[in-house]
Amino acid sequence: MQEQRAPNARHWPLIAGLVALSAPLVVMYLYQVIDTVTTTPPGSIIPDGVTLGHWRFLAGPLSEGGPSVWSLAGNTLVFATCTALVVTSVSVTAAYALSRLNMPGRGFFLGGLIVLHAFPTITLIVAVFLILQYMGLYDTLTGVILVKVAFELPFGIWIMKGFYDSVPWEIEMAGVTDGADRFTVWRLLVLPQVQPGLAALLIFSFLSGWSEFILPLVLAPANAPQVLATYLAGIIADDRFADFSLFKAVSIFYALPVLAIYMIFQKKLMNIYGGGTKG
Amino acid sequence: MRLVLDGFTKRFGDTTVIDALDLTVEDGEMIALLGPSGCGKSTTLFAIAGLHRVDGGRILFGERDVAQVSAQERNVGIVFQNYALYPHMTVAQNIAFPLRVRGASVADMDRKVREIAGLVQIGELLERKPAQLSGGQQQRVALARALVRKPDVLLLDEPLANLDAKLRMEMRSEIRRVQLETGITAILVTHDQVEAMSMCDRIALMKAGGIVQIAEPAEMYDNPADRYVAGFLGNPPIAFLDAVSDDILRLAGGAALGAAGTLQGLGPIALGVRPEHYGPGKGVPLDGTVIMLETHGREDLFEVELAGGGRLRAILPAGSGVRPGTTVDWGIDMTRVFAFSPEGRRL
Repeated sequence: MQEQRAPNARHWPLIAGLVALSAPLVVMYLYQVIDTVTTTPPGSIIPDGVTLGHWRFLAGPLSEGGPSVWSLAGNTLVFATCTALVVTSVSVTAAYALSRLNMPGRGFFLGGLIVLHAFPTITLIVAVFLILQYMGLYDTLTGVILVKVAFELPFGIWIMKGFYDSVPWEIEMAGVTDGADRFTVWRLLVLPQVQPGLAALLIFSFLSGWSEFILPLVLAPANAPQVLATYLAGIIADDRFADFSLFKAVSIFYALPVLAIYMIFQKKLMNIYGGGTKG
Repeated sequence: MRLVLDGFTKRFGDTTVIDALDLTVEDGEMIALLGPSGCGKSTTLFAIAGLHRVDGGRILFGERDVAQVSAQERNVGIVFQNYALYPHMTVAQNIAFPLRVRGASVADMDRKVREIAGLVQIGELLERKPAQLSGGQQQRVALARALVRKPDVLLLDEPLANLDAKLRMEMRSEIRRVQLETGITAILVTHDQVEAMSMCDRIALMKAGGIVQIAEPAEMYDNPADRYVAGFLGNPPIAFLDAVSDDILRLAGGAALGAAGTLQGLGPIALGVRPEHYGPGKGVPLDGTVIMLETHGREDLFEVELAGGGRLRAILPAGSGVRPGTTVDWGIDMTRVFAFSPEGRRL
C-alpha cells in the first residue's frame, strides 16, 4: 500500500491538465442531468426554470395509444434476462465440452468460435431476417432473443473455456478415482471453480442484452416487442420537434440500471478480463 | 491386496510407451517406481488408477482383472503431486467426498472422517479450506482423502515434490508410518532415489518404459544389475573409469590396479567406484589432483582428477584439511568396485 500524500506544488500542473482535459466530459454529464429537470431558453446555457415535465413519460404514454415506458422496461428486462440465462447456460456446458472432452469435431468448433468471434455478425442481419420470417418468429421478442443469444455465444463460450482451462486436470482425476462419474465431477468439483466466470458472464450478457439496439430495431419493429433502446431512438426520430430534454430524461432512466449493476458487480466483471480464477 | 501387472502395455497413438511390463506388488508392500522423467512411471500409475486406458495385458487387484474396469469402480486412492484438493470445500468435505459419492450416511461419514483425520494428525483442521493450509497439511489431507474409503491400492504420484526439504523429510516418514499402520498396498512414483530408498520395501527402477531391476533398496545399491542402475542410485553419484583387463587390470591411462581375477582377458571395460570406496589408504594408491571440494557439514565431497585421466569422487569426514589443487595418492577399494561391459552390462 502506497503512502497517501497531500497534493503538493509539483502535482498542480498535472491536476490542472487533467481538469482541463476532462472538463468537457464533466460538463456533458452535468447537463445530461440538469437538462432533465430544468427549462432553458434557446441559445442560452443558463436554465431559467425548474420542471419535472421531461419525466412525464413515467406517468403514461407520450402519445395517445403509444407504448408505456414501464412495459418497454419490462420487455427490455425480459429480453436481457433471457439472453443472459440462455447464453450462460449454453456457454457453461459447451465450454466444458470444448475444454475437456475429447469429442469429434472439437478442432472445427474451436476454429468456428474464433472466426465467429471476430466476424462482424451484423452483416448476417439480412439472412437472419429471412430465417426469422420463414420460421414465423419475425417481430417477436422470442425471435430477437434467439438471434441475440446466437450472436453472444462465441464470446461466452470462449470466456468460459478460458476459465475451465485454468482448472487443474488433477481435480477431475481425483474426483474420478474418488468414485464420482464425469457429470458429478463437473457439477460438484469443476463448476464451483469457474463460478466467478459464470457470474461475470451472466452480468455481462445481461448488460449486452439491455443495451442491444440494432436487433430489436430490425427484427421486431412493431410496438409490442419494442425495447427501451428503440423507444429512445424513436423520440428523436422526428427531427423537426425533437425533444432533447425528454431524450435525456429517458436516457437516464435507461442507463440507471446499468450503472447500478456496474457499481454492485464491478469486481466480478473484472474477472472476465482477468482470464481465470485466482489461487 | 496383492497387485499384479501382467504384460501391461500402453500406447499413445502409434508410440508404445510401455511394452509388456510385469510387476507384482505383495499385499501390504510399498514399492517405488523410480526413474527419470519420461520413463513411463506416471503412465503406469495412471493406468493402475484407471485414468489411462490399458492397451494390453492384465491388471490384477487380488484375483480380479480390472484392466477394462472404469476408474470409479476400481477403488484406488491416489495422492497427486499438487494434492488436487477441492478448493471450495473444507478439509472435512474434501476427505468425505469419496464417501459422499458412494451415498454414505452423514453419521458414517463424520465418524470415518474423524478417524482418518486422527490417523494423519489433522483433526483440528477439519473446518479449514485448503488455501488456509500449509503444504505439509495439504499433503496430509490428500492422504486422508485417498485412504478414507479403504482403497485396495494407494497410489502416490511424486507426493513430496512440492514440499521444502525439511517438510519432505518429515512427510517421508509420515507417509510410511500411515502406510504401515493401515497395512495398505502402496505404489510410490518418484524420480528421487532418496525417497524411494527411504520409504519403500522394494524399488522398481524404470527406464524407457521398462523395469530394469526390482530389488530391496540396500540390495539394489550394493548389487546393481547394470551401469544404469549403478549410476542412478547413490548421492553423490558413482564415478565411472575406463579400464582394460588382460592379465592384470589397468586403467585406460596405464596405472595398474592389480590382478584381474574373474575379469581376466575381457579387454576394455568400465569400473564403477562409489565415493565411499575411494580415499586415503584404500588399496592401490593412484596419483591424482583434487580439483573440487564441496563442504557438506558433516563430510566433505572431493572430486579428484587422476594423473592418467578419469575422475573419481571421494567422500571423507570433515576436517581432512585437503584443499583443491593438492596432489593426493588415494586408492580404490577393489573389493567394492563394479565392473561393466562397454554396453553397460554388469560383469
